[in-house]
Amino acid sequence: MTALELHDIHGRYGLLHAVKGISLTLPTGTVLAVIGANGAGKTTLMRMLAGLHPTAAGSVSLFGQDVTLLPAHARLRAGLALCPEGRRLFADLTVRENLQIGAENGCGGDWTLATVIDALPQIAPLLDRPAGGLSGGQRQAVAIGRSLIANPRVLLLDEVSLGLSPAAVEGVYQSLERLRGHMTLVIVEQDLTRAMSFAERLICLSEGVMELDGTPQNLTRGQITDAYFGIHKVEGADA
Amino acid sequence: MLEAILQGVLLGGYYAVLAAGLSLMFGVVRFINLAHGDMAVLGAMLALWLVQVMGLNVPMAIALTLPAMGAIGWLLQRLIFERALRGGFLIPILTTIGLAATLQNGMFAAFGSDTKSLGAHIGSLSWASWHLPGDIFLGKLPVYMFLTALVVLGGLHLILTRTGFGRAVRATASDPEAAALCGIDARRVHRGAAAIAVALAGLAGIFLALRAQVTPFSGPMMLIFAFEAVVIGGIGSLRGTLIGGIALGLAQAMGGMISPQFSILAGHCLFLAILALRMTEAAASERGGWRNTLTAVLFNRSQIKGRLS
Repeated sequence: MTALELHDIHGRYGLLHAVKGISLTLPTGTVLAVIGANGAGKTTLMRMLAGLHPTAAGSVSLFGQDVTLLPAHARLRAGLALCPEGRRLFADLTVRENLQIGAENGCGGDWTLATVIDALPQIAPLLDRPAGGLSGGQRQAVAIGRSLIANPRVLLLDEVSLGLSPAAVEGVYQSLERLRGHMTLVIVEQDLTRAMSFAERLICLSEGVMELDGTPQNLTRGQITDAYFGIHKVEGADA
Repeated sequence: MLEAILQGVLLGGYYAVLAAGLSLMFGVVRFINLAHGDMAVLGAMLALWLVQVMGLNVPMAIALTLPAMGAIGWLLQRLIFERALRGGFLIPILTTIGLAATLQNGMFAAFGSDTKSLGAHIGSLSWASWHLPGDIFLGKLPVYMFLTALVVLGGLHLILTRTGFGRAVRATASDPEAAALCGIDARRVHRGAAAIAVALAGLAGIFLALRAQVTPFSGPMMLIFAFEAVVIGGIGSLRGTLIGGIALGLAQAMGGMISPQFSILAGHCLFLAILALRMTEAAASERGGWRNTLTAVLFNRSQIKGRLS
């Protein structure tokens, strides 16, 4: 079954054409990594999928339902959650309250406070602490937990490891490993090695265009590097 | 002196209720409602109409007025404020100025310009008092109003901290986009917050009509008092709003001891002093805190002047 389908979607910030005609079909349970240099359009794409940024053209379908015009809160209830760049926890609220908000307004399902803590045990001792006082790794774990507890069927994670220590990144990816098979995962990751080892499928964006789409096994590091830095475009321009 | 302090504290309950709605609207909806005072007067006028024209008793009039004011707040948010907020910074301010003028003249047309009061409809409660040791007289009505304010603000605090709606309100106030990602419909939260804010304004208007008189043009002064209590207590905290209201009430009571004409002025002076202190605090934090600022001020004024220039 198709979990997420993008058909020729375009995104703009005023005159800037940030996402240019991306089409993609993700079967249920896929783990997709989105890579690309800064300004490639990864975060814009995630924001468009989550309903935070309007889709200028094209369509987004979630489990066959057209969600292109749905606002972010309605997309969450349709089963799509975004764990945003910068974690975006509610700093004045406790970790427990952050999780409660996710649970109260989500889809309802198997993910509860208990199962989230099973998957992310580092959250357990933090429940009654204000979210504003957590470390980067703790904040990322809580942000993932807050998304999970809404019981999404598709989980988008933007810049999972950004600003985290290597140990914290390892912890976050161990937690994400437990989600494999339970839901469709789309991960924006700057760490190429990490993205290739974790994802089953990988796409690379450059200047808003999808330059590469394949499995880590079928793609060479050279191909990925060229797409990442847009080298073929430069060569084409030179020619 | 003690009697003045008690009167000031009790008056603070009224100011706190008046300010809580304004603070809630700004804290959650990011909307400065310059018609807040006029909404309060509208609440008073509605209650007066129910009592004087419809013949209801005061508690029944209050029980009907507050939900009606809540509904008016919800509708205003749904029909006017939401659209105004899309227009940037200036449009919401102009909108509420227009709303204030419309309300004032609409109430003038509907109810006339005479001063009105609910005091005549509550029997001896308007003047009854307890005689405390030390020859202190404590009015029963101000005490009941203060207790009502505590109950209302305490209840609102419980709603904000213990219920799903309250968590949604706090989350939306903190980060509307992240709240949307958690499935919260910010528009519904804003409408709920506006309903509560206008109902609180209505309650404050009824308080004023119980303890004094109102006219259709009493709103701007109420707005000033609400702003002062919010600034003194700090935006976004009900406890701060209560403290701000009490501080304003105390300042007015103390000012009134010096001279009756000085009562209102003393509140304004406290407001300006707190505002100046807040601005200095902000400037001090930019320079590394009070100790650095004080050191610079005491020992090297030219240096701090140089930094400020």
